[in-house]
Amino acid sequence: MSIASNLKLFLNEAGDMSRFTGRFFIQCFKPRHEFAELLRQCFVIGYKSLPLVGLTAFIMGLVLTLQLRPSMVDYGVESQLPAIVAISIVREIGPVITALIFAGKIGSSIGAELGSMKVTEQIDAMEVSGTNPFKYLVVTRVLAATIMLPVLVTLGDAISLYGSWLGVNIRGNTSFNLFWTQVVDNLSFNDVLPAFIKSYFFGFAVAIIGCYKGYNSSKGTEGVGRSANSAVVISSVMIFIIDLLAVQVTDILGFN
Amino acid sequence: MDVKKDKPLQMALVLEIRHLYKSFGNNHVLLDFNLEIKKGESVVVLGKSGSGKSVLIKCIIGLLKPDKGSIEMFGENIPDIKDEELDKIRAKVGFLFQSNALYDSMTVRENLEFPLRRHWIQVSQDEVNTMVKEALEDVGLAHTIDMMPAELSGGMRKRIALARTLILNPEIILYDEPTTGLDPITSKEIIGLMTEIQGKYNTTSLIISHDMNCVRMASNRIVILVDGKCYANGTYEQLKENMDPKVKQFFE
Repeated sequence: MSIASNLKLFLNEAGDMSRFTGRFFIQCFKPRHEFAELLRQCFVIGYKSLPLVGLTAFIMGLVLTLQLRPSMVDYGVESQLPAIVAISIVREIGPVITALIFAGKIGSSIGAELGSMKVTEQIDAMEVSGTNPFKYLVVTRVLAATIMLPVLVTLGDAISLYGSWLGVNIRGNTSFNLFWTQVVDNLSFNDVLPAFIKSYFFGFAVAIIGCYKGYNSSKGTEGVGRSANSAVVISSVMIFIIDLLAVQVTDILGFN
Repeated sequence: MDVKKDKPLQMALVLEIRHLYKSFGNNHVLLDFNLEIKKGESVVVLGKSGSGKSVLIKCIIGLLKPDKGSIEMFGENIPDIKDEELDKIRAKVGFLFQSNALYDSMTVRENLEFPLRRHWIQVSQDEVNTMVKEALEDVGLAHTIDMMPAELSGGMRKRIALARTLILNPEIILYDEPTTGLDPITSKEIIGLMTEIQGKYNTTSLIISHDMNCVRMASNRIVILVDGKCYANGTYEQLKENMDPKVKQFFE
């Protein structure tokens, strides 16, 4: 395919995606609201992701600490290890890695679930049963992911720091209280708030892309697989793009 | 088992389709299609694959919007009405999907309760339980109530889907290829069930099919869809005698 036709395809997809996002905001404010399904999705998307997020966050904190330690020792700033790890995790690594894990687990599952519902006419069946499928399936999932990812990131950061404390104590001897005092003393509002806010955008992007890919899945099982796959790939790239934009915005707003 | 052919049909119109057009790009699927269905009738729309049968049934239930024409059901023109009014009409219509469309993540009970809850039917939990039980008994699958759709065979899933269409006591049931993908014995059982339901609940049926067994056993009138139009219309016996090659090809 030529560059022109690829560009045309990309622009068409971007246009459809924008329309889909616009439809989300319109449907979001229209009654009747699906609170029960929203709560169920918060449980499925948030609570059920916690073990995976917790495990990866713990390993991430531990490994980061062990990797940083030799360099910190070389420079004679070993005592600053908790502070450095805390800032790296809270500002950048925690939100981005958690969002990527979230994209792998939730983005793919939303893409595959909605894709399979589309090809087996379950979405049509919902409409016939007096339900607005967009509101019931898309709005609830996107809202749940947007609400739950910042919660997961916050918990993931905390678990990561426990992993880091363990990492510090593998070679050294730092008390729990001293470690947390150093972490809290070195973290400021400017570290926590931008990271927390960008997590909302990560959650929104993962879910809206998963829903878009699933909801517009082409016929057949191959289409369902493609929806799940492209949901993860596009949302992972999107997480980095949002991260890049977020860093620029926080810089302009003086949060650095 | 066959629907009685001599049943008097001097009754009110339930569905009236006038000059219906629907195209997808340059593919003109329905071209000036007309159809009338009276209360209590069981009409089969017969056509080859890709002739627009499913498009027609999806236009009737409001899943697709026709380009032109009217679809009057229960006194309302389906393409023109608002979503809230369309939902009220849909509560009186049962729709059996070709792929059954059972919700994979829900149990059989939840699948059957879903239309009741979503159409805001004011019933207590006890009444819901009774309605679910009755619908499952009608299709002979009361024991599957707590099972997941994935645990059921193709024929059982079709029966559960049929039970779900019955739960709201619909006045008209639309069947989209009800026997597709089923073995001949199960097909016969499903057709038997459809005619039994028609007799028991006095519903009207519109069946989309190309299965001649289904056409013969479940219809008291057949409409042949060719080139987007209602090409021929009559009973099974009348059309079987028709010498027009486009009609004859279905009966050979």
